[in-house]
Amino acid sequence: MTGEATQKTPRKSKTENVEERYQLRLYVAGQTPKSITAFENLKRLCEEHLEGKYSIEVVDLLVNPQLARGDQILAIPTLVRKLPTPIKKIIGDLSNTERVLVGLDIKPLG
Amino acid sequence: MVKPKVKPAIEVLLKSPTGINGLDEITGGGLPKGRPTLVCGGTGCGKTLFAMEFLVRGAMEYDEPGVYLSFEEKSEELAKNFASLGFDLNDLEARKKLSLDYVHIERREIEETGEYDLEGLFIRIGYAIESIGAKRVVLDTIETLFSGFTDEVILRSELKRLFGFLKDQGVTAVITGEQGEGSLTRFGLEEYVADCVIFLSHQVAEQIATRRLRIVKYRGSVHGTNEYPFLIDEQGFSVMPISSIGLDHAASSERVSTGIPRLDTMIGGKGYYKGSSILVTGTSGTGKSSMAAHFVDAACRRGERCLYFAFEESRNQIIRNMRSIGIDLEQWVKKGLLEFRNSRPSLYGLEMHLVTMHKAIEAFKPAIVVVDPISNLMAAASEMEVKSMLSRLIDFLKMKQITAFCTDLTSTNSSVECTAVGISSLMDTWLLLKVMEESGERNRGLYILKSRGMEHSNQVREFCLTDNGAQLRDVYVGSGMVMTGAARVAQEARDRLEILSRNHDVERKQRDIERKKALIEAQITALRASFEVEKDELEQAIAREKLHQEVLAEETQAMARNRKADELASIKASTAKSGKRGGK
Repeated sequence: MTGEATQKTPRKSKTENVEERYQLRLYVAGQTPKSITAFENLKRLCEEHLEGKYSIEVVDLLVNPQLARGDQILAIPTLVRKLPTPIKKIIGDLSNTERVLVGLDIKPLG
Repeated sequence: MVKPKVKPAIEVLLKSPTGINGLDEITGGGLPKGRPTLVCGGTGCGKTLFAMEFLVRGAMEYDEPGVYLSFEEKSEELAKNFASLGFDLNDLEARKKLSLDYVHIERREIEETGEYDLEGLFIRIGYAIESIGAKRVVLDTIETLFSGFTDEVILRSELKRLFGFLKDQGVTAVITGEQGEGSLTRFGLEEYVADCVIFLSHQVAEQIATRRLRIVKYRGSVHGTNEYPFLIDEQGFSVMPISSIGLDHAASSERVSTGIPRLDTMIGGKGYYKGSSILVTGTSGTGKSSMAAHFVDAACRRGERCLYFAFEESRNQIIRNMRSIGIDLEQWVKKGLLEFRNSRPSLYGLEMHLVTMHKAIEAFKPAIVVVDPISNLMAAASEMEVKSMLSRLIDFLKMKQITAFCTDLTSTNSSVECTAVGISSLMDTWLLLKVMEESGERNRGLYILKSRGMEHSNQVREFCLTDNGAQLRDVYVGSGMVMTGAARVAQEARDRLEILSRNHDVERKQRDIERKKALIEAQITALRASFEVEKDELEQAIAREKLHQEVLAEETQAMARNRKADELASIKASTAKSGKRGGK
């Protein structure tokens, strides 16, 4: 895991944060309860397990519908792990933390 | 006409023409406008093609841009696949007539945690519709969703919402679905699409595959309910409507020559009616194809186009064989007036034959179509199917005012009046070529069994194939039997002999008369001659007698004078008597 991540890091041109290893993108469609829940769940989870090693980008498809095509988004909300590869998708409101961690390939701390 | 349920909202159900050959006829104008239509069927039945053609025709012919949402094939693959049908998807996409979107669902990549919906899909569809102003949408095939998401409850409620969403968008949608066991689609999509369901099938019967289309339901519209055969070829999808053809074709009174002068004479002196159907039945080797060749040859001579469907022989074989009776068909092929379509009946199903024939006829626009022989189609289907197919073919030809010339091979032992296919009732003119066997020979006889709307000879003719083509000869009809061939020739010789001998008789008798006349005249001459002789003798005798009497009288007078007697008067009287006798 660590080895894979360090291999990836040099290719990444992002210079401001070398430590960032998890690039996450959350697709939502407006401020629906599910989207809000998902965002909150995600944020909590990242703070707990990926402190300082992640970035979250929220894409609202109501604003940018054309972006749905690129990541093959069908379900809302969808969390896409852009990095590290391979791409992983987690759909739903992320209420099941354990499954989200499995989905993101994160070993729970402690 | 319109279902009461629809009535309050819209008066008439609007339809969106598909542009697919024949389908709009069956559906009475196309798919329900602004509503979803389910197209279902087994693997490889043509769902994707149907859906794509609906979009492409819509974009090109009806100016209705379309969105194609593919769940199975990538856009590039689709573009490549349809390039072979002459659809340039990339060009249509560039002109904003078409939007291809490949929806990829990879089960491995997706983890489900908690509640979700398919808003993302809706947004994608909505965005695609908006970006090109689409009026048509295809989802091919949305069932893939069931393999991508595990929560069927969510999926089903989302699907229901999706169809509602499509209706709200006002697009005419085609949704494809894989056929399931005991149901139309594997995942029961027909529950959601209630407006129109079209079922495609690909059946194999006796190793021959036939594609068929059926409209399972069409809410608020009348539609054909049959299974319609359809064809997929280089021009795409074509459906062959069965029942939309009525019996209202025009009937021409124009006549076309049969190509055999004496046959023309037999049917009113002018030939067949243009646009009528002619059936020639006969056992093998009776000259059916030769009659067809004559007809074709005559038509080509008039500059008419002929299409020859041969199910038995190859093109070159027909040309070669017809050359042997002095008909050169090759020249017409070269001039483009004659076209052969040769195929094995078992090449594909009957319906496919019909559809290909239709297409060939539409493309070539002939004045005459020859089907040689129709009975061979039996190899591809049952009798009933053949009859139904032929009746449709003939109806179609009549509608187009094309003269149909069909040959039919009957088996040797079957009844004459029973054509193998039982289609004689469809035909306007029915000729029968029959082998007549006698005295060790087989000869061909031609009968006209019927010929609608024209006077025709009820006499059998002998049909001879010569170096100069087919010829008809009178047969020998006498004492309740018909003679042909050598028997006819022999009989004719006998007849000639008899006539000759009769003539001879008459002449002899005439000569007899002459002779008798001469004889009698000779006798008359002889009699007259002998009479003359006798008369001479008698006259001489009379003269002698007279002289004698005169001398006697003078002597008597002299004596009397000498004696001075008075008995003069009595002497006078006897002189007068002898004079009278002499005068006789």
